[in-house]
Amino acid sequence: MKREPPQSIADYGPLFFPAGMLLLFFVVPFGTMIAVSFFQRQEGGFYTPAFVFSNYERFLSAFFGGVLGFSLMLAVTVAICCVVLALPFTYLLTKLTRRLQVFWLVALLSVLSLSEVIIGFAWSTLLSRTAGISNLLVRTGLLDQPVALFPSFGAVLTGMVYQALPYTILVLYPAIIRLDPTLMEAARTLGSSPIRAFFNVLVPALRNTIMATLIMVFIFALGSYLLPQILGRPQHWTLSVLITDQAIYQSNMPFAAAMAVFLVLVTLGLVALTLLVGRKGEKA
Amino acid sequence: MNNMLKKSVSRRAVLGAGVMGAAILAMPTILRAQDKSLKVGVYGGYFKDSFDKNIFPEFTKASGIAIESVAEPTGEAWLVQLEQAAKAGAAPADVSMMSQVAMLKGQTTKLWAPLDMAKIPNSKNLIDHFINKYPDGGVAGIGAVAWYITLVTNTQAYKEAPESWAAFWDKANADKLGLLALVSNSFLLEITAKTFLGGTNALDTEEGLLKAFDKLAEVKPNVRLWYRDEAQFEQSLKSGEIPMGQYYHDVTGLAASEGHPVRSTFPKEGGVQDSGCWALSRASKKVEEAHVFIDYMSQPAIQATLSRKVGTAPTVKRELLDLNEKEFGAVSSAIAPIIPRYDLYTTKSDWLNQKWTELIVG
Repeated sequence: MKREPPQSIADYGPLFFPAGMLLLFFVVPFGTMIAVSFFQRQEGGFYTPAFVFSNYERFLSAFFGGVLGFSLMLAVTVAICCVVLALPFTYLLTKLTRRLQVFWLVALLSVLSLSEVIIGFAWSTLLSRTAGISNLLVRTGLLDQPVALFPSFGAVLTGMVYQALPYTILVLYPAIIRLDPTLMEAARTLGSSPIRAFFNVLVPALRNTIMATLIMVFIFALGSYLLPQILGRPQHWTLSVLITDQAIYQSNMPFAAAMAVFLVLVTLGLVALTLLVGRKGEKA
Repeated sequence: MNNMLKKSVSRRAVLGAGVMGAAILAMPTILRAQDKSLKVGVYGGYFKDSFDKNIFPEFTKASGIAIESVAEPTGEAWLVQLEQAAKAGAAPADVSMMSQVAMLKGQTTKLWAPLDMAKIPNSKNLIDHFINKYPDGGVAGIGAVAWYITLVTNTQAYKEAPESWAAFWDKANADKLGLLALVSNSFLLEITAKTFLGGTNALDTEEGLLKAFDKLAEVKPNVRLWYRDEAQFEQSLKSGEIPMGQYYHDVTGLAASEGHPVRSTFPKEGGVQDSGCWALSRASKKVEEAHVFIDYMSQPAIQATLSRKVGTAPTVKRELLDLNEKEFGAVSSAIAPIIPRYDLYTTKSDWLNQKWTELIVG
């Protein structure tokens, strides 16, 4: 069957609804946010329409630079941890029987039904001194007395990886299951060990998928603001936490909007850079 | 019977019934009192539950006005929502209980409709400083309840109650404190000034403020949790995970009465007294009902009930109340309270917030 290119406006008809939705629920709110980021903040009140750069000026400081840097670093770390854990897991998953695969996928989907609040409080209990897993280690004689494992960077990372891992697996799964099984068989026939074949054949074959997954988890993790608050110390708070502070608690919408715009721009820039580097690598 | 079962119900009818059912569930007050109703915002959780149980039904009985209570978040989050809604001409709640900092911020944008004191005769019962006024003399809000932030401890971890706020600075309490995460609701600058700098007047100048920030920086190694969400700290305090901190006297008292190993202490420098006002959104159309409600809440008898049932300190004059010494002592203290420097949070809010964030995050 040959696909005809659209001839008339009517052929584009089915696109109008999603385009309208995108305009209404993404472009308009985002445009409003950009507009508000240039408004004049009224201290002790709200804001008045204006066109000023003071909100962006306030953001350009070593302090906020540090917070932004930490947020990016955290999101990158979460993305790498997730992919490193999910890739072998998903590969092994595709080797299981159909029944077991369905079981695992349902289990993973059910983790997605948990809200960030529940995940945060559950991990804070698990890592606490009074009721946490360190008590089990004391019971088995590995520790002398129970210790608190949160708030700490490790706790924030654990919580966020736990939250993002199901997404990672669900994104990797279709790509891996569609992969030609003869690739691995050929590698094995030619004498490569399973681990060597995994790294030399499977990983390069999935390059684009892995890149896309990393970017997706990175962006997902960048927006997290609850887990760093529940499981981390103030130095582990992400830029999203400070944006929330400004918007909700300081009623400083212009500054919050400016920070959010900046975060979006930096994110888009990083994603573009990654894709650019990836394309160059492909040509070489 | 058989016939009825056989009758096929169309999908549309089922959907329609579902929507109707949902609408009925969502609008209970409309069914209860069709003509007179009022939406009242109070802090969600234990506070709202006590009001729903002990106060609002009595009010409806006395006035014929049905109350729909709305759970509002603490701090200034509710203020932002009310302000945004008012710009669109809507009022998520007609009357809301607002803390002082939020009251003042709302006053600068004229969010609160001026109240007519002639329609609130009971307002004469109030202690003067619980009436918030606009610069032109119009009344923006009327004191609803007062509460204290005190020094709280887990009784199993601390056999003896600490006597002074200075306990926060004690090196022995490393990594044991839970403190409020915002400059405008923790009032830690005032606590520092009263404990170490001779009083909150020390915060008059920028130099004094910086001195307080420096002193406060010494507390940082002792803090395990900077909390925004009260549930986060309350749970840890009860379990002993975080055995000391600042918290609300009323809620701590309730937890103790339920058998949890917690206590609330008024330090010798005094507890921090904050208060909530009843304020009417300018977008509300229920002006008459709001005045009736605020007048009702300003009666000494109702204030006494609040102290007994909700654990808040009264905003009406002590001599008008029938609370005995013990009842009054449970919600207040003879030690002079630390009164927050509300003026700072409107005139210097951004500067303070920036310094504060740098202090705890940096």
